[in-house]
Amino acid sequence: MQTLRRTARPKPVLYSQKGMGSAANKAADAANKQYKGFVYLPLIAGWLVPGAGHFLLRKWGRGALLAVSIIALFVLGLAMDGKLYSSAQDILEMLGLAGDLGNGLMYIIGRMTGLGGDPVQFTVADYGTKFIEFAGLLNVIAAIDAHNLRTGRKPS
Amino acid sequence: MIRPSHFTALLLVAVFASTVFGITMRDTPKRMVRYGLYCFSLFVGSAILLSWVMYFMAR
Repeated sequence: MQTLRRTARPKPVLYSQKGMGSAANKAADAANKQYKGFVYLPLIAGWLVPGAGHFLLRKWGRGALLAVSIIALFVLGLAMDGKLYSSAQDILEMLGLAGDLGNGLMYIIGRMTGLGGDPVQFTVADYGTKFIEFAGLLNVIAAIDAHNLRTGRKPS
Repeated sequence: MIRPSHFTALLLVAVFASTVFGITMRDTPKRMVRYGLYCFSLFVGSAILLSWVMYFMAR
C-alpha cells in the first residue's frame, strides 16, 4: 500500500524562535529585497518621528499604532508636568536623559518650546517624568523593529 | 495639567507599552494581539499582586 507523502516546503522560522539565520530564513529574506534606498533610513526616521520607520516600509497599521502609543505617552507625561532632562549631573539623570533622547524630534521640540522645564514638585509630576522616559525607550524599540524589517532580520 | 491616580497611570502605561511590545516582538497580527494581551495582564497582575504584598508588609 502506497502512502501519500507530501514534500513539505521549508518555512521561514518566526522572529521569536531560534534559527533566524537558517537557509529557509535566508530564502525568505530574498523576498524582502523589495525595500530600496538607504538601509538605515527607517531606523533614523523611526527614532526622529515615532512610527515613521514603519510608514516608510508601508506598514501603515503598525506604524499608526506605534505612533499613537508613543506620542500619547509623551504628551501625557508633559500634561502631568513631567520633566524633560536637560543635563546629567548624576547617574540617575544620565539614565533619564538617555531615555528622553529616545523621543527624537519630540524631545528637541519640547526643549525648544520650554516644555517640561519645571522641577518635579509632586508625585504625579514624577509619574509624568517616567512616562516621558518610557516613551523614549519604547520609541527606540520601535525604530530598531523598523530596521529589522528593512534588513529582513524580521520576516514580516 | 492632569492628575491621574497611581492605578490609572499604571493602566495607561500598560496599554501603550503592551501595544508596542506586541507589535515589535511578534511577527503575525494574531500573535501580536496575544502577546500584547499577555504583557498587559502581566503588567496589571504583577502590580496588583505586589501592592497586596506591600499592604501586608506595612501592617
